[in-house]
Amino acid sequence: MSSSAAIEVKGLGKRFDIGAESGGYELLTERITERLRTLGRRAKTQEFWALQDVDFEVKQGETFGVIGHNGAGKSTLLKILSRITPPTTGEARLRGRVGALLEVGTGFHPELTGRENVFLNGAILNMGRAEIQRRFDEIVEFADIGPFIDTPVKRYSSGMQLRLAFSVAAHLEPEILIVDEVLSVGDVGFQQKCLDRMQGASREGRTTVFISHNLSSVRNLCDRALLLSQGKVNAIGNVSDVIDGYIGEVERDLPRSLRERENRDGTGELRFVDVRLERDGQVIDSPTTGEDCDIVLSYEADREKPFQRVNFGITIFALVEGSTPLLNLSSETAGAVFRDIPPHGEARCRLHNCPLPAGQYFMSIWAELAGVMLDGVHRAFEMTVSGGDFYGSGRQPHPDHRTVLVPHEWSVTEASRPDLDGPPADAGYRAKTSA
Amino acid sequence: MNPPQAQALAMQETVIAPPRPWQALELRELWAHRELVYFLTKRELQVRYKQSIFGVSWAVMQPLAFAGIFAVIFGAILHYKPPGGLPYLVFAVASIVPWLFVSQAIQNGSSSLVQDANLIAKVYFPRLALPLSKGLSLLIDLAIALVLVILITLLYSVTIASTVWLVPAFLLLGVVTAFALATLFSAINVKYRDVQLVVPMLVQIMFFASPVLYSGTTVGDQAGRAWHYIYSLNPLASVLDGMRWALFNSPYPGTINIAISVASALVLLVGALIYFRRAENYFADHV
Repeated sequence: MSSSAAIEVKGLGKRFDIGAESGGYELLTERITERLRTLGRRAKTQEFWALQDVDFEVKQGETFGVIGHNGAGKSTLLKILSRITPPTTGEARLRGRVGALLEVGTGFHPELTGRENVFLNGAILNMGRAEIQRRFDEIVEFADIGPFIDTPVKRYSSGMQLRLAFSVAAHLEPEILIVDEVLSVGDVGFQQKCLDRMQGASREGRTTVFISHNLSSVRNLCDRALLLSQGKVNAIGNVSDVIDGYIGEVERDLPRSLRERENRDGTGELRFVDVRLERDGQVIDSPTTGEDCDIVLSYEADREKPFQRVNFGITIFALVEGSTPLLNLSSETAGAVFRDIPPHGEARCRLHNCPLPAGQYFMSIWAELAGVMLDGVHRAFEMTVSGGDFYGSGRQPHPDHRTVLVPHEWSVTEASRPDLDGPPADAGYRAKTSA
Repeated sequence: MNPPQAQALAMQETVIAPPRPWQALELRELWAHRELVYFLTKRELQVRYKQSIFGVSWAVMQPLAFAGIFAVIFGAILHYKPPGGLPYLVFAVASIVPWLFVSQAIQNGSSSLVQDANLIAKVYFPRLALPLSKGLSLLIDLAIALVLVILITLLYSVTIASTVWLVPAFLLLGVVTAFALATLFSAINVKYRDVQLVVPMLVQIMFFASPVLYSGTTVGDQAGRAWHYIYSLNPLASVLDGMRWALFNSPYPGTINIAISVASALVLLVGALIYFRRAENYFADHV
């Protein structure tokens, strides 16, 4: 036990009972009938350890990252450290005033003004009234909402609400700060401003635990990191090592060379040998959201004569989270009919205004002929998409909402009120009959 | 921040461990979060008054409307004569004001945790702050409505008894009862959502079981005093009859009856707090 540790976690575990007492709420009437039915027998419950035997230490002044797949226990750990839910086993000691930030704007009420919400939200985050009073001007200035501070928050744009909420949170000055993925919302410029403030925080000797699945922000912000896998500590140490290990874990069964890949489907009459990305004829590593990008599939075949009517396809998944396809591209569906294609060639798919938000993805590729699979390679290629301004609005989608982006427009119109204007369809009908 | 203060903060250590089955109430923790209670109470009031067109006057309108209706039905139509020759409107408003406080505190309080489920899921604070702040915000309404009671009493030129200083004691009994039930129901409600449907029904039953429209001091007059003791297990019996006694010198509910009511309210409070404390740890897992 070193005296410099701000956080010491030992043998921490959290068990949930699935079955009779599932998480979430239930109905008392159901519970009573259930009890009556299983009278004399013990209700079957299944145990699930969301977190098990977790040990780690965070030194004072350190910025410590926690990463892992969805469901690896990150948020359970976060909730235990912030005292929202108790552990089942073990203990954690935190030395210093703790501030936890699982969400920005918790408790914001739309009916209250910005000023009222700042005080309420501050109190919720355990800032004293005097402290909020003292920093009030700073908070308003940081949020950049100017004269709207005495307007009810329900009249704010969502961006304004977010900036105000974040501004309160950014002025939280505990000795130990526990933050969830809250930095990833808001417009790009404001995000940077908040990141700068956070990094400033660690220089002031504040201990920060940063829980995230955004690997690049963990890499930028943290000194050390912990990788959780299925509720257990998988790796702990220097942030780059842990992240590389994590990416390695994801990639483990991916041979680099597509040509030598054994694990594939199809008759093998045609084989994919390479995938690359291009923009304006230049090979690129990563496409940018909102910009054109070519996905080029090189293939070979052991024959001389051309193929008739091949349907090429690409299916894109999110690298870490994904088992559900995000985007399916098929040449036939897109209306491209390849009558004679060379036995050795390249199929090029141009993605206009790349609709994938920033993040890591993998793609599966396939080629079929009259419904017969010629070659199909799952996880043939991985790519990182860099964030761009798809909508030209200066905003990026929230990383929790990782879906493809499509161009669209919004508008609001006043509904016509029949008692005032009379239904137009009816008027038209009358006009016709009178004519 | 001056050095001694910084040192005191550096000493602060939080130990997070599995909860023991019997835990202290940790009122100190609640006290440490008094500013949160203050702001939550303020939020209640602000939102309530901003959303109502009548604003603060709603606190007066509501009991006045009820008292008026009851005065017409019971006073003018059914000719119920309150003991001591009290005008029915005076009699009714003096019991409806505390009753409305109790019933609203129970109903609003019992949904307080579920309503702020997001706070429970995202932030640590003593959960008791939620039903507590609901109750506190209603106390402001109660204070405003009490002024109405005094005004109507003066309007009917009813003499206010010299025992009026005992009114807060009876009100306190009512506050304790309401807070106990609100706390208990709010905690059960987190886990069993259908309890929310039962609460209004229970409040209805309480309404008729409590001497709001009638005087409870005559209960058991024919069947025997034992019935009045049983009746007094409902703390509101002593709250309402006691308040009318203290205000207007109406018939005294009886010392033993008051003692029974006080004991009953305390048992409720202790039971509710024990249940709440045990359930509190797992609220975040259920919301």
